[in-house]
Amino acid sequence: MSELCDLTIAQARDGLRTRRFSARELTAAHVKAMEAARGLNAFITETPERALADAARADVRIAAGDARALEGIPLAIKDLFCTEGVPTTAASHILDGFKPPYESTVTAKLWAQGAGMLGKANLDEFAMGSSNMTSYYGAVRSPWRRRGDDRPLVPGGSSGGSAAAVAARIAMAALGTDTGGSIRQPASFTGLVGMKPTYGRCSRWGIVAFASSLDQAGSLTRTVRDSAIMLRAMSGHDPKDSTSATLPVPDYEAALTGNIRGLRFGVPKEYRVEGMPAEIEKLWQTGIEWLRAAGAEPVDINLKLTKYALPTYYIIAPAEASSNLARYDGVRFGLRVEGKSIEEMYEATRAVGFGDEVKRRILVGTYVLSAGYYDAYYLKAQRVRALIAADFKRAFEKVDVILTPTAPSAAFAIGEKMDDPLAMYLNDVFTVPISLAGLPGISVPAGLSAEGLPLGLQVIGRAFDEETVLRAAESLERAANFTARPPALT
Amino acid sequence: MSIDKATVAHIAALARIRVPEADLERLAGELRKIVAWIEQLDEIDTSGVEPMASVVEMTTPQRPDEVNDGDCRDKVLANAPAASHGFFTVPKVVE
Repeated sequence: MSELCDLTIAQARDGLRTRRFSARELTAAHVKAMEAARGLNAFITETPERALADAARADVRIAAGDARALEGIPLAIKDLFCTEGVPTTAASHILDGFKPPYESTVTAKLWAQGAGMLGKANLDEFAMGSSNMTSYYGAVRSPWRRRGDDRPLVPGGSSGGSAAAVAARIAMAALGTDTGGSIRQPASFTGLVGMKPTYGRCSRWGIVAFASSLDQAGSLTRTVRDSAIMLRAMSGHDPKDSTSATLPVPDYEAALTGNIRGLRFGVPKEYRVEGMPAEIEKLWQTGIEWLRAAGAEPVDINLKLTKYALPTYYIIAPAEASSNLARYDGVRFGLRVEGKSIEEMYEATRAVGFGDEVKRRILVGTYVLSAGYYDAYYLKAQRVRALIAADFKRAFEKVDVILTPTAPSAAFAIGEKMDDPLAMYLNDVFTVPISLAGLPGISVPAGLSAEGLPLGLQVIGRAFDEETVLRAAESLERAANFTARPPALT
Repeated sequence: MSIDKATVAHIAALARIRVPEADLERLAGELRKIVAWIEQLDEIDTSGVEPMASVVEMTTPQRPDEVNDGDCRDKVLANAPAASHGFFTVPKVVE
């Protein structure tokens, strides 16, 4: 592997500006890495020519002394973002052949800062999953392996291709989306930094919709600093998304002062869930000690409704999905399976086009929204959601951030946990509550399991206070000094 | 009410997804399990709590009601599985 692929965005930025290497060299090294790692199935569509053309343009800007924030940085884009003229599949059969005639706002912002696109990363179908096993284009393999065990592992999901690409040093960073943990859980599984910003920080325009009140764009990177660089480029109000915030976008890198003295961080006892491995509990304690040693003060807090977050999510998210996915009908884009009547065409197209997990969620969503059940399920869940958000609000009167584990386990093998949808849903037990409350959360690689797999810790912050989240995350990163690499790269 | 085969057939029809008769029982079982699990929310007293539809504490921004996009019929139709004469085409819906 070229050492260019091992650089962080911050290091590459310096190397490009001091002309130690060109954007073309940097991108060519990553294109080569992408070809060499096809066995991971991290990409649905590779766009190497596009990446090299982007790099050539970047070199011109750099030569002119006109480099922008992400000039010449090759990225992987989760295939849930619409990219003009480049197939966008959401990892679903039903979007066969779809080439968006427009560009998502967040990707447009990245290109406007000089970034290049290596390709469209694999994901769980319509971002519904925690393993990347539900993709129509096949499972993604994590570059990680358990010690002494060669069985392929999942990279987590739904942003599994994005995570695998960054962990395997194919892409310098990747765009993901997080609805209930889809950036943070794969980051934890693959030893990366995964940031879900506050709901409303980044525009959702041009992202294939799953659950609109929860979906949020974010990044997977190898460092907290790179996460800060990405967030600044992605954020900002967009008139095309009325839920995007009109707040100014801070310079997140400037927030990384390294000083968390006096910061108060909450430790919620309800996150000690039954069956959580002792090593994760231990890592959490270690994280508490790290922050304390850096001058921050731990505070016991209560988030009493934690155990109700998952069932709340599994009413709200499927309900919104059943409505959002109504548009896939074989008429305007994607797959069509003919039928004698229009009804038959709809039903046949959707039967063939959607995978099992997507169908399951559409059916659950349709059920909880149907006559006679709407109040009992959907409105009930929206009321509980209000209480969960209020729980966090109360906690943030006492603390500046909250520290928890990211996921209740390390990565599992491909095929494990597939027989029971509920067991799979439990992967998101620590990330879903934050999504319901719309808060920013970041996963930082903090240690290895006994089997040699990465484990992450999650820092949660107040709405629109990503600066404090990043600052605390950087402190954790420094203390953890996570240098482990996927075995294939060592 | 417990979810049975007839319930699944009904919601599948509402969702416009054809489900073969042979799959109804399996799906009914899966849905029963999921719904039984989400019913634990009944343990929480939510009387007097307003349902939360959005976490964003803001009023919807307003803009002038002006045309600012459009005039791209061919771009829109380019992705259609079937189109003719500038329209999407579907099986006959009017006898």
